[in-house]
Amino acid sequence: MTLAQSVEGNNPALNIGIFAAFVVITLVVVFRASRNTKSASDYYAAGRAFTGPQNGIAIAGDYLSAASFLGIAGAIAVNGYDGFLYSIGFLVAWLVALLLVAELLRNTGKFTMGDVLAFRMKQRPVRAAAATSTLIVSFFYLLAQMAGAGGLVALLLGVTGTGAQALVIAVVGVIMIVYVLVGGMKGTTWVQIIKAALLIAGALVMTLWVLAKYGFNLSSLLQGAVDKAGAVGEKLLSPGKQYGATGTSKLDFLSLGIALVLGTAGLPHVLMRFYTVPTAREARRSVVWAIGLIGVFYLFTLVLGYGAGALVGPDTISKAPGGVNSAAPLLAQALGGPVLLGLIAAIAFATILAVVAGLTITASASFAHDVYANVIRRGKTTPAAEVRVARITAVVIGAVAIAGGILANGQNVAFLVALAFAVAASANLPTILYSLFWKRFNTRGALWSIYGGLISSIVLIVFSPAVSGTAKSMITSVDFHWFPLQNPGIISIPAGFLLGWLGTVLSKERDPGKQAEMEVRALTGVGAEKAVAH
Amino acid sequence: MSSTERPPDERDWSEVQSSAEFVELRRRLRVFVFPMTGFFLLWYLVYVLLADYAHGFMATKVFGNVNVGLILGLLQFASTFVITGVYVRYANRKLDPLATKLREDIEGATPAGGAG
Repeated sequence: MTLAQSVEGNNPALNIGIFAAFVVITLVVVFRASRNTKSASDYYAAGRAFTGPQNGIAIAGDYLSAASFLGIAGAIAVNGYDGFLYSIGFLVAWLVALLLVAELLRNTGKFTMGDVLAFRMKQRPVRAAAATSTLIVSFFYLLAQMAGAGGLVALLLGVTGTGAQALVIAVVGVIMIVYVLVGGMKGTTWVQIIKAALLIAGALVMTLWVLAKYGFNLSSLLQGAVDKAGAVGEKLLSPGKQYGATGTSKLDFLSLGIALVLGTAGLPHVLMRFYTVPTAREARRSVVWAIGLIGVFYLFTLVLGYGAGALVGPDTISKAPGGVNSAAPLLAQALGGPVLLGLIAAIAFATILAVVAGLTITASASFAHDVYANVIRRGKTTPAAEVRVARITAVVIGAVAIAGGILANGQNVAFLVALAFAVAASANLPTILYSLFWKRFNTRGALWSIYGGLISSIVLIVFSPAVSGTAKSMITSVDFHWFPLQNPGIISIPAGFLLGWLGTVLSKERDPGKQAEMEVRALTGVGAEKAVAH
Repeated sequence: MSSTERPPDERDWSEVQSSAEFVELRRRLRVFVFPMTGFFLLWYLVYVLLADYAHGFMATKVFGNVNVGLILGLLQFASTFVITGVYVRYANRKLDPLATKLREDIEGATPAGGAG
């Protein structure tokens, strides 16, 4: 309950001050951006008026969650090379989005993933399925972020009481709801742009600082990390420290690797960002910018991770409050004292805020546009009513996320992110790819791949060691696991693709006219949603 | 009926779809993206399998403390950047001009508003 439990030398007042400045600046930007938010297209897609580079920066802001900043740097500091493997999967995944998804999706959809999946199918069942999967993926991801906020608070602000942590989670949730309600997609996008710029600039400064300490020689930096870690130091430089223990853990890593590389292009909040630009060409430029920024950022985390290992030491990091997540903040403190620590702490908070805002607007758009407007009202509603429903949904989702975050605070819910990626890769990606590239694909195929991928990933996770059966599981009191792997991807992704194929060939439904329309629109951009002129 | 506000058009999409120019556009897209996707997924899978099952090989020192694993990992970054660059070049030269021409032909007399 005391400040001593937080990072030593930490100055919570300074951290809170810097974070408050970020909140004030972003709120001003959000309120200014909201002046032009009138139509549904403004609210969901920022009037499709962002440029490719702006959207690319926002994508980086949306994608680089606290898990990738604090988690990967910490994993590299403690487990060495195995932490680096995550960042490679997260980056290579963007090629799937670039080559197969971004442009064609931009040309055929309007606001949500459901728009593309339902283009040539029976609208209501497919939209209901797409919305179910979107809401589940977004909500799990959101819950993991909110629960993580509690741990971060303990570490960075010195707030260790359960009640005080709950209060901070609630504050984070309320600010996020304000961003989404007031600013819509435009405000949310600007928050993500500001956050991405701060995050990448902060990581750049620390990277140069660490490298300067080792004469810009990577090999000396690695030697520093090896020496600091003692007898087992040499293991940090090659793979296997974390995942190499048993045959099962190796298979688990393979499963994770597949889910990471195929999941990104199926994450609804990533897909929705492609609608905020005016053309497919700008969508392509967005991904190019995103790949550049995300790639460079992960190279920074490699230096930061080994730097934290060398300058702070894996033992100190593991024992610090927040565990591996404390590696980057502790490194900041070792380099630049309380001021740099305060900046990095505030950036970590900004990261959580920007990511949860992006998830909330995606989930609320999917509910309002797919479920309310198209499933419940069968397309007979006005855009104004739809946006009103989206705003109400955003408040409800925000409230549920606050409650869920408080309940899950302190629980080991890291597997929820892995689950979100596994569902995205198993349920969403097969359906998107079949819709865009397979002429014969039909409603039954779409439903089987979405629900099949969704159900198989969730069932396998529930009966995995992530939920029960080991000391690190979420539930330790009972053991009902029978699936040996933490990550279901290696089974559920092929299942999603296979069921999509099977459902399609078992159904006689074909609509060559609609398929022709979709393909021509996807490839040429005819009739694509245009930017709104203000 | 969907809410995607499509203009009521009598266009015969199938006719466009089977036109020589559209067939060529689709061929150019697929002939690039399918093999390239196959290549980078395979290269990534080989890397993951090596990291997973060939620890000794990955730990081989090349210079200083830099080992095969680190070099292969950095090569994954490099190949991602290169593939991105190559695709953008290809799309700008081979896909965009044809797609624009087809779009203008199809939209024809109707004024194509927006930034298309």
